[in-house]
Amino acid sequence: MTTTAPRAATDVRTGSSGGPAVRAVRRKRVLHWIALHSLALAAALFFVLPFVFVFLTSVMSDGQAMSGELWPRAWHWENYAQVFRTPGFLDWWRNSLLYAVLGTVFTVCSSVPVAYALAKFRFRGRRTAMLLVISTMMLPPQVIVVPMYLVWAQQLHLTGSLWPLIIPMAFGDAYSIFLLRQFLLTIPQEYLESARVDGCGELRTLLRIVVPMAKPGIAAVALFQFFYCWNDYFGPQIYTAQNPGAWTLSYGLETFKSAHMVNWNLTMAATLLVMAPVIVVFFFAQKAFVEGVTLTGVKG
Amino acid sequence: MALSVAPELRRKHRRNRLRTLGFLSPWLVGFSVFFAYPLLATVYFSFMHYNQIKEPTFVGLRNWTYVLTQMPLFGPALWNTLWLVVVMVALRVVFGLGIGLLVTKVKSGVGLFRTAFYIPYLAPPVAATVAFVFLLSPGSGPVNEILSAVGIDSPPTWFNDPAWAKPSLVMLSLWGIGDLMVIFMAALLDVPKEQYEAAELDGAGAWARFRYVTWPSITPIVMFAVVTGVVQTMQYYTQALVAGKLASGISVGPGTVIQPGYPDHSTLTVGQLVYSLGFQNFNTGAACVLSLVLFAIAMAVTSLLMRKRAGLLTAED
Repeated sequence: MTTTAPRAATDVRTGSSGGPAVRAVRRKRVLHWIALHSLALAAALFFVLPFVFVFLTSVMSDGQAMSGELWPRAWHWENYAQVFRTPGFLDWWRNSLLYAVLGTVFTVCSSVPVAYALAKFRFRGRRTAMLLVISTMMLPPQVIVVPMYLVWAQQLHLTGSLWPLIIPMAFGDAYSIFLLRQFLLTIPQEYLESARVDGCGELRTLLRIVVPMAKPGIAAVALFQFFYCWNDYFGPQIYTAQNPGAWTLSYGLETFKSAHMVNWNLTMAATLLVMAPVIVVFFFAQKAFVEGVTLTGVKG
Repeated sequence: MALSVAPELRRKHRRNRLRTLGFLSPWLVGFSVFFAYPLLATVYFSFMHYNQIKEPTFVGLRNWTYVLTQMPLFGPALWNTLWLVVVMVALRVVFGLGIGLLVTKVKSGVGLFRTAFYIPYLAPPVAATVAFVFLLSPGSGPVNEILSAVGIDSPPTWFNDPAWAKPSLVMLSLWGIGDLMVIFMAALLDVPKEQYEAAELDGAGAWARFRYVTWPSITPIVMFAVVTGVVQTMQYYTQALVAGKLASGISVGPGTVIQPGYPDHSTLTVGQLVYSLGFQNFNTGAACVLSLVLFAIAMAVTSLLMRKRAGLLTAED
């Protein structure tokens, strides 16, 4: 790693006369620029080329998709139409949206008050509560899945639907609580005090003062939760496997390949269609997103 | 409490407690129903024989001795999980830091580079895995086409080779480095510029500046990346499962019982084994034992790392 210099070492002030020393410095700076940008370009290829190959294959004919050729001989855009005509594909789309939208709304509504209490109230056991939130966050979902499944299957008879995944989100999500609390800690106590002096109840303070101030944090948490639900594979696999009508895109996609035998072109078209919404949402909500990622790490 | 001087204060105190409980209530319910109960039930079932049809019967420690000493897949699953935790986390942190440094140094097209490096992180894991199984497919995948075009005669068969399957998964995880890149980028931009200038005046070279200026100020973030990386990789599931299934070429669907971890158990993780035992073999007891082993390891690792101040709890706690 030769590019770790925080600044080109050539940034030294030299005299204004254009002597050979200055030329050497300038040449070194140019070389440094070229090396740095070539490295960045090479790295960019690693990140971008997979999308390019996936796209190119998605518009190939059935025969060509198996040939190992990289460039499509003819552009078969109808592959995308065919993916949408695949039985179930539109249902999976609808189920993914249902899971992601309801899951996000439930999570935000239930996690904000909890995060607020943990950030701004002083009470006995606050530290313990915070530690419990963090341990829940760290818990691999596989640890509790077996008894949880048995409850949903045998007592509540809700397996084969997405409800076992959506309902728990109305009861606070540890990760969202943690992130929101980190964000709420940054709101100065004085705002809350003055609201209280004005006779605002806690709930009014939360809704009128805290929520508007915490909008960026809430947006970030909502986005994260939306993506979590959209991407979730384990949950739908556990609870909806036996009922293809309840599958989500993330779960259905994997069966796509086998349903279509070895048709990589249609599988790649479907893959891009599963990626697309997430990437579109990202471009619209870029700021909130980066804010959120930084929130997880930097504000600690 | 003989002091009757402040009944008002006491009432206020009680009202505050009720208020706190009210705000916490969604989580208190969620924690008990969706965390504490299933955890206790897991412990209960780990001492039971239960095939999810007949009533559970008490079998003492039999599930425990079976899983820990006899079950053939326990060893490989544990080994693969630990391998992934060590190799994947380490490489992700190094690569994420490298890309983060690169992005902070680049002068032209910063926005474009940043977007290019970030976007793959957004790809849903299943979609990314399907894409990589295609890209790396041994017969006609683009990667091997290119490798043989540049003269590599027998390129690896990636997800179909027990020795290459895990490295292929690592590559997939490096493709989605965007989250770490953003975190490191923010940390690197936070390093005070004057410190670099001072170091430069002292004649420090590039490496010395990284070692003595950059590194000390980003260690908390590196620590954070390691902790979250370990936690995520302990539960590594989707990518390994989907890659194994797709590469094996076995048609999958509800009711198909397949041996997880293709090829040759090389991608079998503890999480997959829990699923396989609990939902394919209906061996609830063994699945719960394995869950508890996973739980114990996860808790041990996180408490160890948290003690080293991972920055998860602020000082005021």
